[in-house]
Amino acid sequence: MARAPQIAVVGGGLAGLMAALKAAEAGADVRLFSSVPCKRSHSVCAQGGINAAVNTKGEGDSPEIHFDDTIYGGDFLAQQDLPRRMCFAAPGIIHLLDRMGVRFSRTPEGLIDFRRFGGTKHHRTAFAGATTGQQLIYALDEQVRRWEAEGRVTRFENWEFLSAAMDGGGRCVGLVAMPLGTLKPEAFRADAVILGTGGVGAIFGRSTNSLNCTGSAAGSVHRQGVVYANPEFIQVHPTAVPGEDKDRLISESVRGEGGRVWVPRGGKPWYFLEERFPKYGNLVPRDVATREIFRVVHEMGLGVDGKPQVYLDVSHLDAAATRRKLGGVLEIYEKFVGDDPTEVPMRVFPSVHYTMGGMWVDNENEMTNVPGLFATGEANYQYHGANRLGANSLVSCIFGGMVSGPAAVRYARGLAAGADAADASVLEGERARQEAENRKAASREGPENLYGLHEELGTTMNKHVTVVRHNEGIREAERKVADLQARLARAPVPDRSDFGNQSLVFARQMENMLVLARAICRGALLRDESRGAHYKPAFPDRDDQKFQKTTLARYSVDGPVVDYEPVECRYVKPRPRKYD
Amino acid sequence: MPEPSVVLRIKRQARPGSAPYWEEFEVPFRPSMNVIAALQAARRSATTRDGRTVDPVTWESNCLEEVCGACTMIVNGRVRQACSALVEHLDQPIALEPMSKFPVVRDLVVDRASMFENLKRVRAWIPIDGTYDIGPGPRMGDDEAQEGYVLSRCMSCGCCLEVCPQVNERSDFMGPAVMGQVVLFNSHPTGRLHREERLDAVMGPGGIQDCGKAQNCVRACPKDIPLTESLVKLSRESALFALRELLRK
Repeated sequence: MARAPQIAVVGGGLAGLMAALKAAEAGADVRLFSSVPCKRSHSVCAQGGINAAVNTKGEGDSPEIHFDDTIYGGDFLAQQDLPRRMCFAAPGIIHLLDRMGVRFSRTPEGLIDFRRFGGTKHHRTAFAGATTGQQLIYALDEQVRRWEAEGRVTRFENWEFLSAAMDGGGRCVGLVAMPLGTLKPEAFRADAVILGTGGVGAIFGRSTNSLNCTGSAAGSVHRQGVVYANPEFIQVHPTAVPGEDKDRLISESVRGEGGRVWVPRGGKPWYFLEERFPKYGNLVPRDVATREIFRVVHEMGLGVDGKPQVYLDVSHLDAAATRRKLGGVLEIYEKFVGDDPTEVPMRVFPSVHYTMGGMWVDNENEMTNVPGLFATGEANYQYHGANRLGANSLVSCIFGGMVSGPAAVRYARGLAAGADAADASVLEGERARQEAENRKAASREGPENLYGLHEELGTTMNKHVTVVRHNEGIREAERKVADLQARLARAPVPDRSDFGNQSLVFARQMENMLVLARAICRGALLRDESRGAHYKPAFPDRDDQKFQKTTLARYSVDGPVVDYEPVECRYVKPRPRKYD
Repeated sequence: MPEPSVVLRIKRQARPGSAPYWEEFEVPFRPSMNVIAALQAARRSATTRDGRTVDPVTWESNCLEEVCGACTMIVNGRVRQACSALVEHLDQPIALEPMSKFPVVRDLVVDRASMFENLKRVRAWIPIDGTYDIGPGPRMGDDEAQEGYVLSRCMSCGCCLEVCPQVNERSDFMGPAVMGQVVLFNSHPTGRLHREERLDAVMGPGGIQDCGKAQNCVRACPKDIPLTESLVKLSRESALFALRELLRK
């Protein structure tokens, strides 16, 4: 191919930005699409830090141990090639971010400081105050801006991705997206498309995710034939502040810096995590901590003031040091609740937080089953298996961009004529189809309320497909979601404007969210075992014989079709997972 | 005592350039509700206080934790993030307006692309050689790291531009936020190597000389960024730079 490869990246979070950066550096012309200005992407919400076994604390930490913790933490469901490469690349990623100017907290010697996080016994988490994700995304956004100034990256901010454009041979040759103002779909030719479109929190109504984490892009390409893997693996973070509009995360770093979880019992604080898990204490992995909080609150009825809440306490720690290390987190609690956490224990409860599953991608290049279409960051299913360790998300997103960006360029260079070979009618056809879908959504009539349906979806999914799962409940959720799909056709878009119509955009997203919701339910229903975040009291043990396998969901109009692919444990052999 | 309902008085505008108008919405009060939750409730009913069904109000929001900067608007006359504006602390009716220093897109949505363009103009980045793994960055004391951290929390939300009298239709002033970023990058050991490029940019049109020292910016910043300190520092630095340039000629 004579010209520069043309790469389209969708998503302006850490994974998308890094993919764009790497692709530009490899000589590609990049178009970067994001539904919000990149600086406002969900990555800003990551608080506590980023993992890398730099071993500056004399603890004998190493990428090998980081890798083992990651696989063990994920309950042996992760394919192992990419996580292994990630753990070995992690120290270099920290150095790169440092060179980009990220203001990591430092030791007295002027080295990058590391703190503790869940699921490990090592100080492995680098941090910039308690707004690490914000600091990292700003650094990458700045670097991309530099390529933008050189004319090598073009941003399309405030654009909504609608679908991939695929030629007759099933190869991805571009995409269709629309600006959030005019809402007129446009087609863009690209040799390769990278989706870094994040997780699916909005399917559960309120979560710790930002509002644009709908999973709509993944749902859309899933309907076009992309396999969606391990949909049932959804992380519920143990410590968030429930809110009317969203649940606000209180970072694991609070426990990493000495915060303790307790409830009053018999007039005294009961530090139930420390008592049950003496080795890891408050730093057990998230799935374990969340289940324990559920047990204490729902089974033992020991929630603070009889409500679904437990204390997360830093009031015993030195206030000044705590503020310096956790300022950003404490600030959120103060602003939204009103209490000062250095004086009064915080009241928290688990909330949906991270999507371990995602678009299926290969073990080397993060390419989906559709040639030319890549998925990166939280949007794919790699790295975390059945449960993600704290502070592994930032590193997996950045590493993901480092894999998918160059891989997309290599793929493009390997094409004889690139996307130019695709007939113009392929792109125009997809554009016209999306325009027709917009018209169809806008002309819906009936008694249903679009936003009401979303609330119902969230309530059902939260109730039946999160921490404790029963097959009869999951079946009920499945029926409910199918019902919501039917009712969506009778939910008019309340906004009649042809400009800046956010309700129309949301109506289109809902179609895709419901499709993914069904995949989540089906995956959960069929997996009769307990592994990582997926817990069924009726099947309390991990069943490697039957389920050491990746769930593969394919779309059909009648509902998801599921089969399985074995997980090859090439480096770390399965062993029982215990933290007590 | 909190009231059982919340009244929102919203300045609306159908599209860029069209005439603004006001509408009122009333929604049920819920404890610890913020302005976004009230807007969401109003959107769901899409019915004004006087019973008319209207197009739902549009606004920008994303993280709802006051770290993304998206939901910045004028709440009861004060520019701030709507997510951290708790209803029980606000007088009613709660007046919501779009920021006035940026073009209105629709209702409470404004176009802040100029802020990102300005970051490009002043070269607000560390010019690294490449993203290859070539070892650690410069060593730095924690105090220095923390000083930079304070400046690097700028969300490009636009509050400081909204309150700055020098940012107006007759001026090109890039505003305080971007000046703070110049100070941030000029203070980094690697960024410092290219400080003159940035100083050059802030001494041009819309640059530091347009600052009128009203000091409104520092009071409006939701992240307590010491903007006036940055502005003073930058004035001094650019004056010295100008002098050096003069002597060099």
